[in-house]
Amino acid sequence: MDKASTKLTTDEIKKLAKLANLKLTEAQIKKMAESVSSVLSYVSQLKSLNTTDTEETSQVTGQENVFRDDVVDAERMLSQAEALSNSKNNHNGYFMVKAIFEEV
Amino acid sequence: MITDKTIKEIHSGLKRRDYSCVEIIEETYKNIEKYDSEINSAITVLDKKSVLKKAKAIDAEHKVSDLLCGIPFVLKDAYVTRGIRTTCASNVLADYIPQYNATVYKKLNDLGAVLIGKMNQDAWGHGGSTENTDFAPTHNPWDLTRVAGGSSGGPAAALAGRMSVFAIGEDTGGSIRNPAAWCNITGLKVSYGRVSRYGSIAYASSFDTVGPMGKTAEDCAIILERIAGKDPYDATSSLNPVPTYTASLDKTLKGKKIALPKDLLGKGLDPEIKNAILEAAEKFNFLGVAVEEVSMPIFDYGLAVYYVIAPCETSSNLARYDGIRYGNDRSNFTEETMRRIMIGTYALSAGYYDAFYRKAQKARTLFIKAYQDILSKFDAILMPVNPTPPTVIGELIGDPLQNLLADFYTVTQNPVGVPSLAVPCGFTKNKLPIGMQLIGKMFTEEILLNIGHQYQLVTDWHKKKPEMIS
Repeated sequence: MDKASTKLTTDEIKKLAKLANLKLTEAQIKKMAESVSSVLSYVSQLKSLNTTDTEETSQVTGQENVFRDDVVDAERMLSQAEALSNSKNNHNGYFMVKAIFEEV
Repeated sequence: MITDKTIKEIHSGLKRRDYSCVEIIEETYKNIEKYDSEINSAITVLDKKSVLKKAKAIDAEHKVSDLLCGIPFVLKDAYVTRGIRTTCASNVLADYIPQYNATVYKKLNDLGAVLIGKMNQDAWGHGGSTENTDFAPTHNPWDLTRVAGGSSGGPAAALAGRMSVFAIGEDTGGSIRNPAAWCNITGLKVSYGRVSRYGSIAYASSFDTVGPMGKTAEDCAIILERIAGKDPYDATSSLNPVPTYTASLDKTLKGKKIALPKDLLGKGLDPEIKNAILEAAEKFNFLGVAVEEVSMPIFDYGLAVYYVIAPCETSSNLARYDGIRYGNDRSNFTEETMRRIMIGTYALSAGYYDAFYRKAQKARTLFIKAYQDILSKFDAILMPVNPTPPTVIGELIGDPLQNLLADFYTVTQNPVGVPSLAVPCGFTKNKLPIGMQLIGKMFTEEILLNIGHQYQLVTDWHKKKPEMIS
């Protein structure tokens, strides 16, 4: 079986970590470059499988376009206090988040 | 022990008042106190006083309306429970108190079943040994130096340790079947969509299934007919009617056909497990089943399909954990979980999507065809659950690739969606449990449970319990 090696550099790992919103230490980045590469090399054997004229399968529910009535389900509504109950940082009934715009 | 008995036996005992619900609950707590410091099956044990209060109310009513009324159970800690801490075995959710209930929990609760614990697992379902947990590994009651399997290792070990009568596990790539086989209990991975996933913390949404774990196939049938069915809160739950699974248990197996993929019993399979599977095949012959050899060459690609699609879906599912509305921030993920997020992110990123994700989704179609080809001619496929007996704690967790190979037999059913029942079928000479799995067509749990029950009527592997549980 074709096990083409897929070797990721530490720069590629850093870029991936940024995309995945993960903060990795230098040691973690080095380790991850090894282990992610070894798993990717393993799964690369898929390349040798003939999938010409094969459709993709993304789900196996046997269902399509499942709709529900457009009505409010009171049983699933949370009070403001309940909705905020697990947040560590809230103010005046709002979740506090980091600013995403810079002040000019 | 009362907890050695099946659900039906306990129910009869409750009705006859041989014992009370309080006594059963007391026994489970006694076993938790006695054994769980060594086994570590539970992440959260519910406050005994409030659980006993519920048991007393059931006793006071003098009626056990349902087979599950008054029966203690545990949940894998992947199910949200209103007001009860739910961690998914991750520090990210170490102090998360859900505001709503998973459908499966609501259904069981409404029937009077008594929840006593939220159990250990691999965090987010990421693993097959319950070592990738932020709450310390679960130890196998059959040999405390070994893993209980995973990812639903806590529920399986709790049943083997008689700390509960049944459990609800979750199976994305073997997570019910693997620990069931390694702890000598019975567990069912249901057809995709058979049981509502509402409130089940998602690992890989198109693979995730909610299923029963118990001591017998009969117990699993009793539980499944109560938790299965359409749920408006889960759009992927199936509209197929739910059969009365228990009504089919006593059917004869004469005329049934089981396929045995001989090519999967070669290299990499422990010889003692191979023998146990061949002996089970003989037992099925004895029960009137025609067992025929088949081959499944595509199986070699199974792990590759799984380890592309599952990380892709998990990288998307776990993107929501940012510590803002609930939980702690992303630095709390374990290394294994971070690796899966990274692999998924890579396989979904521009330039690699076609070679990895799209290719794996095409391969998934080929797996569906391979299973259909065999299952159009057979009632079930028989194969091992695990390639080896339970590993020693620490043995696999350090090596991601070896860790992955341990899932060889269990990862291909989830991409296809088909059900699979794991049943105890022997022991190694070192007294470690061995399990087999029976895989069927979509929505044929009825047939699998029938086969499992008939097998358990003529074998007693499932009745054995660990020496330490006396």
